[in-house]
Amino acid sequence: MITILLQQMLNGLQVGSVYALIALGYTMVYGILRLINFAHGDIFMISCYFGFFAACALLSNAIPTWLTFIATMMVSMLLTALVAVLIERVAYKPLRYAPKVSAVITALGIGLFLENFTLATLGPTPRGMPSLLPNVNYRLGALSLSSVQILIIIISIVLMILLDRVVQKTMTGMAMRAVSYDKTTASVMGVPVDRIISTTFAIGSAVAGAGGVLYSLAYPIINPYMGVKIGWWAFIAAVIGGIGNVRGAMLGAYILAFVEVFTPMVLPSSTYRDFVAFTVLLIVLVVRPTGLMGRVTAQKV
Amino acid sequence: MATPLLSIRDLCVSYGNITAVRGISIDVEEGQIVTLIGANGAGKSTTLRAISGLVKQTTGSIKLRDTELTALAPHSIVEAGIAHVPEGRGIFANLTVHENLMLATYCRKDRDKIPEDEERVFSMFPRLKERLWQLGGTLSGGEQQMLAVARALMMRGVIMLLDEPSMGLSPILVQEIFKTIREINQDGTTVLLVEQNANMALKTASYGYVLQTGEIALHGLSEELADDPAVRAAYLGG
Ligand SMILES: Nc1ncnc2c1ncn2[C@@H]1O[C@H](COP(=O)(O)OP(=O)(O)O)[C@@H](O)[C@H]1O
Ligand SMILES: [Mg+2]
Repeated sequence: MITILLQQMLNGLQVGSVYALIALGYTMVYGILRLINFAHGDIFMISCYFGFFAACALLSNAIPTWLTFIATMMVSMLLTALVAVLIERVAYKPLRYAPKVSAVITALGIGLFLENFTLATLGPTPRGMPSLLPNVNYRLGALSLSSVQILIIIISIVLMILLDRVVQKTMTGMAMRAVSYDKTTASVMGVPVDRIISTTFAIGSAVAGAGGVLYSLAYPIINPYMGVKIGWWAFIAAVIGGIGNVRGAMLGAYILAFVEVFTPMVLPSSTYRDFVAFTVLLIVLVVRPTGLMGRVTAQKV
Repeated sequence: MATPLLSIRDLCVSYGNITAVRGISIDVEEGQIVTLIGANGAGKSTTLRAISGLVKQTTGSIKLRDTELTALAPHSIVEAGIAHVPEGRGIFANLTVHENLMLATYCRKDRDKIPEDEERVFSMFPRLKERLWQLGGTLSGGEQQMLAVARALMMRGVIMLLDEPSMGLSPILVQEIFKTIREINQDGTTVLLVEQNANMALKTASYGYVLQTGEIALHGLSEELADDPAVRAAYLGG
């Protein structure tokens, strides 16, 4: 029993790490624009394709595998960030002072566009991510863990700590928090608000891009609709943690992942999984409408 | 007469179909304290927002020495040397006092001078040093006003725009804030002071403009304005 629990906790950490990397993008964009970027799940999907093509291109060369892996991550993060910044500039920026509902509908539209564009150009056939790294299985007593699993957890946590430091300790992070609170005053302080908003999109999407590559290592099937479900779960994770709050998104992601792996142990069918997840969401929102770590005080926007 | 540091010419600003500022011209000479007084809704804050690029003028020009500000984005206007203390202070409640101060240095190139400016701010406002690691939102109204002025000092602009710094402060704190404004001016910063408290503003400034429904009704040396029967009746309580 203990082994199964530990085993599932490990799985939960792995799943939660990927959710967290995606949830961060939702929460950062919401924090700065009060916009739920419903295209973010599809941006994650695009990042998986970027990772796939980068990996295929790089694998044909005689580069050490670990270098290929790092390069694949870099390429995916960079291209995903570029796509996100482009979307922000073209689609969201003109709507910054329009009613919020216009921007949300635009976000949904961008998501559909990304899915259908991918479908039209790359076809519905799933692509198989090549295995970039040897997947070694280790046994710790009855516990089994794979090198990919460890890699996902470690890289995700390192990225999250890095991101948290950026937001809390750098001038750019400080500017992000200031812009999130009051754009007008931030600009009067000399903060280039548009550039900070683009930077936020870039960082949030680059992190999702890293998540895309890591996810593809564990579940190497890439298709145009893969972003929908994961996008929703990451979004729910961000809401549970308190959307707009970076640490909250990480917490929410792990909570949701544990719900996902432990529910099938207690309740018979895995269809209960979504039911339990939404129940957790509703309970959190009833008890703390701003999420577990969201600001309770009214926001001046 | 030397060219003014800040010169506003025929400025008009509208919000939709409401014209808030109707063709005003204002000069601020280097080293002066100039005040812009007027009733609530006269267009004082709009004038300052236009200088900072927060609202776009319909016509007119705003020059800081030779730089036309109306073509610049707000952050470039800060870089050009405008330090604006906005109406309602605009403290970031979610940032610490220290972060509020540091944010104001965002576009400064002379990073090596920042520690000495910090020391100057702390000697002027020792209270802020005690509150350095508190969130801006936990400060009292008076402390927030100090922080707002301190931030503007950290920007090291050539001219400081103050939008009703006395608003909501107790009489003692009002005295203190005006004393601080004079100190800042004596240290070499030019000041454009917007006030409803015409009495204190005219005592502090050397020159004044009276704004009435978007137009300059009167301007002149502060003492002359303070003696003007119309000004006394309208803004100084008879
Ligand atoms: N954001 C805005 N939208 C529409 N009208 C505004 C806005 N801000 C100010 N006004 C109007 O412009 C006029 C001048 O306002 P303001 O510059 O704030 O005056 P003051 O600072 O002298 O009290 C007022 O009539 C006010 O109602
Ligand atoms: Mg005003």
